Amino acid sequence: MIAVVDYHKGNLKSVERGLVGVGGNALITDDPAVIARADGVVLPGVGAFADAAATMRELGQDVVVRDAIARGVPFLGICLGMHLMFEEGEEGEVVTGEDEDPLRPQGLAVLPGVVARLPRLDVAGNAYKIPHVGWNSIEFSEGPLFDGISQGEFFYFTHSFAAPDTPATIATTTHSVTFPSAVCYGERAFGVQFHPEKSSDAGARMLRNFVRIVGA
Amino acid sequence: MLTKRVIPCMDVKDGRVVKGVNFVNLRDAGDPIELAQRYDEQKADEVIFLDITATSDDRATTIELASRASEELHLPYCVGGGFRTVADMRRMIAAGADKVSVNSAAIANPELLTLAAAAFGTQAVVCAIDAKAVAGNPNKWEVYVAGGRKATGIDAVEWAVEAARRGAGEILLTSMDRDGSRDGFDCHLTRTIARAVDIPVIASGGVGSIEHFAEGVLEGEADAVLAASVFHFGELTVREVKEYMRAQGIPVRL
Repeated sequence: MIAVVDYHKGNLKSVERGLVGVGGNALITDDPAVIARADGVVLPGVGAFADAAATMRELGQDVVVRDAIARGVPFLGICLGMHLMFEEGEEGEVVTGEDEDPLRPQGLAVLPGVVARLPRLDVAGNAYKIPHVGWNSIEFSEGPLFDGISQGEFFYFTHSFAAPDTPATIATTTHSVTFPSAVCYGERAFGVQFHPEKSSDAGARMLRNFVRIVGA
Repeated sequence: MLTKRVIPCMDVKDGRVVKGVNFVNLRDAGDPIELAQRYDEQKADEVIFLDITATSDDRATTIELASRASEELHLPYCVGGGFRTVADMRRMIAAGADKVSVNSAAIANPELLTLAAAAFGTQAVVCAIDAKAVAGNPNKWEVYVAGGRKATGIDAVEWAVEAARRGAGEILLTSMDRDGSRDGFDCHLTRTIARAVDIPVIASGGVGSIEHFAEGVLEGEADAVLAASVFHFGELTVREVKEYMRAQGIPVRL
């Protein structure tokens, strides 16, 4: 069973149906005990960083999700779900004083670094529209998540913040800057910036790959 | 590279797709979900359901539609029409809509955009603007509400800037002068607003031929182009449109 983690911030049916549609046995749940015994965990992307992180802690989901990842249970974080894999997020940070670092909401800290706002300008000073909304291409390093997917394939993005570049980056996309559009921790914990459940056939292919990884 | 989007828009009444010609004559074009799935196959980048009955309190049919769409569609969709409060929008988001679009209610209460952005994120909040050229001034457009029937006296460019500042994540810009005309987008209006705001602008109103889609991007500088009847009645497929756009050098997903 693949647990689709419900942290009470929005509708998860499209993620669940996306997984079911490619043969996955998906279950939307907010129960840490159910998440703890799942064969795969999907952390969807709805709401804002601070809010989602706080609710996950309240419900005791943060501990079980981190533990599942540590045990090598296949994991897929989508959009905000990918952001939550990192240590901190700028979204919802509280500025306390001019000389002090802002108080930032804490993520699951599976991966190091701060999820930061996408810049409006590229290095040449060209202006870009933020949020980054629409279909953009990914360049990836080969791996089971990308099985059957072509380099340069398009996926649907909608976000204003992006993960930091770390050795965990397995795919990149460029808007104002080149940012990680997919990450991998260990062998089987993945995060994707785009929404596979909203990315038509290419997205379904990726979800099928994840379901296969869970089944393997 | 971020591609330019092609968005079929469905006017929905009582759960069925209709297309208003100048917002008056309605023709039935079928089941919104089936139509959206057909557009998905044709490589539509997203779809918009515009609830044209939504001035009434009873939105149950549309919420049902949004809910069905979240289960059966694998592309993003926006629902618009008749939202008055954040609670109205929350019901639609909870049903599965990726985005909600607000028009008249945001004019009446601009704070609504701020509240909605705080509740759902800016990426989920689309501000729809119906604009009409002001006679005698080629660089001025006025905002209309109530399905284009009521003038507000508000400058469309100023309103777009304010809407973006208040938390709208996208502007859905309809030219009242062009809507239903088949003369093409008002590219001057679209370009003026696209340059004034730093959020994406969806051009709407006036598509009658395949060339108009490319003009909306190349001359109007729109991030996305929207059309309805040319798609619903099979005059053009989304794929044909995107192939044409690509031939004009516009980045599209195919």
